[in-house]
Amino acid sequence: MTKEEEITLRKTACKVRIGVLTATHGAKAGHPGGSLSAADVFTYLYFKELNIDPQNPKWEGRDRFVLSKGHTAPGLYAALAYRGFFPVDDLPTLRHIDSYLQGHPNMDTVPGVDMSTGSLGQGVSCACGMALGLKKQGSAARVYTLLGDGELQEGQVWEALMFAAHYRLDNLCVIIDHNGLQIDGPNEKVMGLGSIPDKLQAFGLNVFQIDGHDFQAMEKAFGAARQVKSKPSAIVLETTKGKGVSYMEGQVGWHGKAPNDEEYTRGMAELSAQLAELEAV
Amino acid sequence: MADVKKVATRQSYGEALKELGALHNDIVVLDADLANATKTEIFKKAFPDRHFDCGIAESDMMCVAAGLATTGYVPFASSFAMFAAGRAFEQVRNSIGYPHLNVKIGATHGGISVGEDGASHQCCEDFALMRSIPGMVVMSPADDVEAKAMVNAAYEHDGPVYMRFSRYGAPVIHDADSFAFEIGKGEVLWEGTDVALIANGLLVAETLEAADILAQQGISARVINMATIKPLDEELVLKAARECGKIVTCEEHSIIGGLGEAVCAVIAKHGLPCSVERVGVNDEFGHSGSAGELLRQFGLCAGHILETVLHLFRQPIYKIT
Ligand SMILES: Cc1ncc(C[n+]2csc(CCOP(=O)(O)OP(=O)(O)O)c2C)c(N)n1
Repeated sequence: MTKEEEITLRKTACKVRIGVLTATHGAKAGHPGGSLSAADVFTYLYFKELNIDPQNPKWEGRDRFVLSKGHTAPGLYAALAYRGFFPVDDLPTLRHIDSYLQGHPNMDTVPGVDMSTGSLGQGVSCACGMALGLKKQGSAARVYTLLGDGELQEGQVWEALMFAAHYRLDNLCVIIDHNGLQIDGPNEKVMGLGSIPDKLQAFGLNVFQIDGHDFQAMEKAFGAARQVKSKPSAIVLETTKGKGVSYMEGQVGWHGKAPNDEEYTRGMAELSAQLAELEAV
Repeated sequence: MADVKKVATRQSYGEALKELGALHNDIVVLDADLANATKTEIFKKAFPDRHFDCGIAESDMMCVAAGLATTGYVPFASSFAMFAAGRAFEQVRNSIGYPHLNVKIGATHGGISVGEDGASHQCCEDFALMRSIPGMVVMSPADDVEAKAMVNAAYEHDGPVYMRFSRYGAPVIHDADSFAFEIGKGEVLWEGTDVALIANGLLVAETLEAADILAQQGISARVINMATIKPLDEELVLKAARECGKIVTCEEHSIIGGLGEAVCAVIAKHGLPCSVERVGVNDEFGHSGSAGELLRQFGLCAGHILETVLHLFRQPIYKIT
């Protein structure tokens, strides 16, 4: 990846973060913390990795993305909007009565959403079904799914991973946003996860562990994952919850709380400054 | 009905899948380590590359089915009713029902007639659970002929379907050549004017037997096979309420949330003066025993249906003035 391309992705990620603040502020609710920790991977997926067509969201040959940690819809919606699936101006209608931007992703109302999610642990199984179906059809399309680290406490995740390995779903890429926090506190205090890469490896996945805010590292890992044969891949992203907005970073309290007017203004100022800095490079 | 041929509808399910699989390449079958009991092994033998064992992981299986449906396959996800509707309820609700995906759930071993396995496996709550999911079609066939026709209809239907089949043999009451099945349509098996018996599953045959005895006692019973619990054939229920004024519902399910309550709701909505008695499992768990013994012990038999009808006739009739 050229330096230029990296800067472009970083600028887009900044806009996605602005979208997250705009949407959650407009909704007076929603989940900024995990949307911001995943803003870089949303950007990488929608602006680099995925083979998609915003003009034709249901195109059969497209790569699929399942947001298994569905509560971070604001991050997904922001990426989809900036990618051209629907107007960016609609983001503040998130969670409003009669808006198509439902609190959790809805595949029937939001262009570009491949699976309805929100109940943790289910999306990864749905992604397995998609990967199996596409594989059987001989399609070259790949399936990506993003899970939270807290989500790994759901037993169903491990049922799904067993399934993925058993059926050798090498067209499946399981991404873990390892920001270390969930609702009640740090993962290790709520329900210790031990070594996530070790567990994934033991379940038969080909595991990569990278800095989840580094686009160069993402390019290497996602590229390598595409080459892996007869095994599903997992990419563990080491991230900071609330990344990009100083007062939200590493703060468990920002999991599911919207910024008030003052916080919104402050956050937008920070992100605009980051964007301006990148524009100047 | 001693000399009537009996077939367990789980067997019909497996055979119908195989027949359908030969006609349609988009059918895939999922099972959770029960292929031998749910009879999907019949399909598996014919089409091994379209049968996927998910292991003992029913929750995962339902969501895998949802994912497969998004790629254009028509998955039939199979397990025992207890685990398909019970264990995986929330997966069915959120990953199949909410996005209205084209998944068919084939749940075998419904009801008390599971028998010897006992209460942990005797699911008498599945109609209630599945009925409560918006857009879900809920059905249970009376016999082999209807079960096979139902599997076909489920395939033709666009959207989620829940079908409950039995482990225990059901007398074959339909003629395969003349039978036609339509989702959402009840079937009048016997005309009658004094009381309507509305049943499904194994209890349809019991109801016919009860109606026969009632006829000998001068009571004309209408027998309705209501294989589709949702969407309910409201017209047929209302017609029965108006013309007979008395209804007895019969199902191998809890009296809470099943066919009986669905019928009551229709009658209440229209304010019809019609007495309803529900024959079903009375808010209790089952236990081990042979299917035949259990069905008799829990009153899911012709004898108890008969008593229930006679009891209705002994009750004072309140007329609205
Ligand atoms: C099955 C289920 N249980 C509980 C919840 C409520 N819930 C929403 S987000 C969340 C915490 C998720 O933490 P994590 O997976 O680490 O996500 P992230 O930190 O990336 O936001 C919980 C418990 C849910 N959505 N689904």
